[in-house]
Amino acid sequence: MPRSLPETDVVIVGMGAAGGVAALPLTNAGLKVVGLEAGGWLNPRDFAPDELRNNDRNWPQTIQKAASEAPTVRANPSETAVQGGHPMMNAVGGTSMHYWAQSWRLNPWDFKVVSSTLARYGRGRIPEDSTVEDWPISYEDLEPFYDKVEYTVGVSGRAGNVQGVINSAGNIFEGQRRREYPMQPLRSSPFTDLMSSAAAKMDWHPFQGPAAITTEVYDGRPPCQYHGFCNKGGCHIQAKSSTAFSTIPKAIDTGNLDIVTFARVTEIRTDVSGKVTGVEYLKGNEIFFQPAQVVLIASYAYENVRLLLLSKSSAFPNGLANNSDQVGKHYMSHHQGSPVAALFPEDLHNWYGLPAQGVALDDWADDNFDHSGLEFIGGANLWVHTDRKPIGAAKMDTFGEAPSWGKDWKAFIARNADRSNTSYIQKTTLPYLNNYLDLDPSVKDSIGLPVTRITARYRENELRIADFAQDKMEEWYRAAGATHVLRFGLGNAMGATTHAYGGTRMGDSPDTNVADRWGFCHEAPNLGILGASLMGTSGSRNPTLTVQALAWRTAEHLVSNWRSRTA
Amino acid sequence: MKNPNKNNPPQPFPADPSRRTLLKGAGLAGAVAVSASSAGVVVATESQSLGNNSAPALEALETLTAAEAEVLEAICDCLIPSDESGPGAKEARAAHYIDRSLASHNRDSRAHYLQSLTALNEQSQKNYGATFENVARDKQVTLIEALQNDQIPGCLPSSRGFFALVRDHTIDGTFCDPYYGGNRDFIGWDMLQYPGIRLSASETDVKQGSALSPNHQSAYDNATYTKMAANTTKGQGGSRNA
Ligand SMILES: Cc1cc2nc3c(=O)[nH]c(=O)nc-3n(C[C@H](O)[C@H](O)[C@H](O)COP(=O)(O)OP(=O)(O)OC[C@H]3O[C@@H](n4cnc5c(N)ncnc54)[C@H](O)[C@@H]3O)c2cc1C
Repeated sequence: MPRSLPETDVVIVGMGAAGGVAALPLTNAGLKVVGLEAGGWLNPRDFAPDELRNNDRNWPQTIQKAASEAPTVRANPSETAVQGGHPMMNAVGGTSMHYWAQSWRLNPWDFKVVSSTLARYGRGRIPEDSTVEDWPISYEDLEPFYDKVEYTVGVSGRAGNVQGVINSAGNIFEGQRRREYPMQPLRSSPFTDLMSSAAAKMDWHPFQGPAAITTEVYDGRPPCQYHGFCNKGGCHIQAKSSTAFSTIPKAIDTGNLDIVTFARVTEIRTDVSGKVTGVEYLKGNEIFFQPAQVVLIASYAYENVRLLLLSKSSAFPNGLANNSDQVGKHYMSHHQGSPVAALFPEDLHNWYGLPAQGVALDDWADDNFDHSGLEFIGGANLWVHTDRKPIGAAKMDTFGEAPSWGKDWKAFIARNADRSNTSYIQKTTLPYLNNYLDLDPSVKDSIGLPVTRITARYRENELRIADFAQDKMEEWYRAAGATHVLRFGLGNAMGATTHAYGGTRMGDSPDTNVADRWGFCHEAPNLGILGASLMGTSGSRNPTLTVQALAWRTAEHLVSNWRSRTA
Repeated sequence: MKNPNKNNPPQPFPADPSRRTLLKGAGLAGAVAVSASSAGVVVATESQSLGNNSAPALEALETLTAAEAEVLEAICDCLIPSDESGPGAKEARAAHYIDRSLASHNRDSRAHYLQSLTALNEQSQKNYGATFENVARDKQVTLIEALQNDQIPGCLPSSRGFFALVRDHTIDGTFCDPYYGGNRDFIGWDMLQYPGIRLSASETDVKQGSALSPNHQSAYDNATYTKMAANTTKGQGGSRNA
């Protein structure tokens, strides 16, 4: 029998990027919140600038619970899924500890893919087997929450559209925002200057990307020192605005947040009427039951879905909030692959750069260009950044100019260590029938529970975007003086990803969506969901700021609708 | 301005932190030469006395047998050879790194090394009548080409698969933080003109890039990462934290 604990107002499962944000508006409003977190606290000693440990050995994730529950992957329903890796962190702050910290808003188009496409190009342009819907909310609905998160967490950048006033130093394609970013963007570098001027010469619109990284003393935290070990590394001076350094300490200060570390939630409980009553968790060898009036799950897409499917009861025989068979559906792994790499004739000066210090192009993203003559909808954000480290440099492709070992190889890498660059291209990805998450029938985690199974592959729309985006990227690199350009494969199976979307989609219709427009389950009104599992489209840029804006919005909704949500 | 090290072998520089500590602790004759004021900075006298050419001290074999280690040394030397441009994987002690890693992070690869090094040796015996490390360089190169082209029988996971593995680990051992037992004397980082880890990099540092003079520091020369740093996470607010 689990040990029953005193009831609390709200339980949040997972104190990561999403849960760590939601805790603040809730505790500010006086609600008592228990944060159950599978990992522990990290401190600066954990954040060594050590490429081997962070990037080759994936230290932040190899010792984690997530590693034992890595999803299995297959492209098609007829195949047996194989277990891969799991990129996410278990710690207070979650993956916001070791993420790159690019901090994007979605484009207004991303919220209205169906209606905009119908209006501009006609029904035929939406892939037949896609299950895409318009979001139940618009960019304008989310804008106030984007703003709150940018200012509370601490995001640096340059606005391209403040209340309709366009600034070409920022992203001219972005949706209208109420005000400028709280901090200047990360500084430019010789390489970003080179790429920016090449793009500008082609009349494209380059800009420095937004980052949840300080560029001045912000909220008591020092500015970024550009040591450049953000990729899978935490920040020892807290310049990266992880929730562990921003919203979580503030929520703790209210006296209303109690974080339980190394608490692994295994089930969400419901009563006979289908009302959620609390969660069960394992800590050490003991099982606890934490009763709560409201449960918010914020354990990342794969675990959000798994927890629902594992929580079976008489009211929900197929898993919690799954009586319409929508849990796990509309899954998308963001198409982040198929990069382009380039070799330049001169050093690029990237030894001290970071993945969020770069130049973006949105000219070919979303619906920012005319697709009339094209066979796809959506597009790609093109991103080049300054991060360069020695092992990565030594493992670079030799662009057909040298063998892969021996004297000539050695000479090649010695000459070109700081002369190659690989772009990061994020592409609109749509949901489809037969791309879904469920429980694996045979693979179990370390405590014997089935892991999540991914069944998904990219379709024509994604592959055409990839091909198109590679053309543009190649053009951009060549314009900047690259002598060699390499294009990688377009992609097929969707492996486990750092940008997992869908599975508990948000929408007005309970027949096709798990969550309502506020992020609460249609079938279980006191169960809320935080994370990109709510999102019905991927957009062509990283999810976290959107995830955090949605989390803040869900939390505020709960505060002002406490009575009806807990009735 | 270019890095003065670009075309020269790196200066002798005993940088293995474990060795420095040992020198200090044991009060060896050369220990006066170790600067205690600034971690990672070692004055010249010690460098001269110990020099790059003296056999690297204090390398235990943690997993490999002596015979296996000999073959591995020779493979590393072929993959990233020492030449007129400077020292290579052998001098950087990539084999030492690999031996250590097979006891820890890479322990799942232990069987691959055992089986494949033996297979390579047997092929060498068969073709040239001597073990791999005892045949001439051109023959070693031919054998590694065969390994890469999937032509050495008996390797694990396969001839080509073992080639990829040992290449990967040799690179790791040559270019990793010296803490792990490779990249000795910062040979790997100097080879790439990587000027080293800098906790703070100014715009001027960035502009200089590879022309900056290398600082030859391990991440673990910084106290932040080696001893319990002051806990800056506020309050750790929870009643049930471990
Ligand atoms: C290397 C890397 C780089 C990235 N770069 C970017 C970027 O530049 N920009 C961007 O927008 N996004 C980036 N991402 C993605 C970003 O990290 C995620 O979008 C974001 O962290 C998702 O927030 P989340 O709260 O859903 O999940 P997380 O932040 O992962 O938090 C989930 C938390 O739940 C906990 N948890 C899980 N299961 C349980 C359980 N059963 N019980 C209790 N607790 C549990 C976990 O321990 C974790 O702390 C990156 C990710 C990685 C790995």
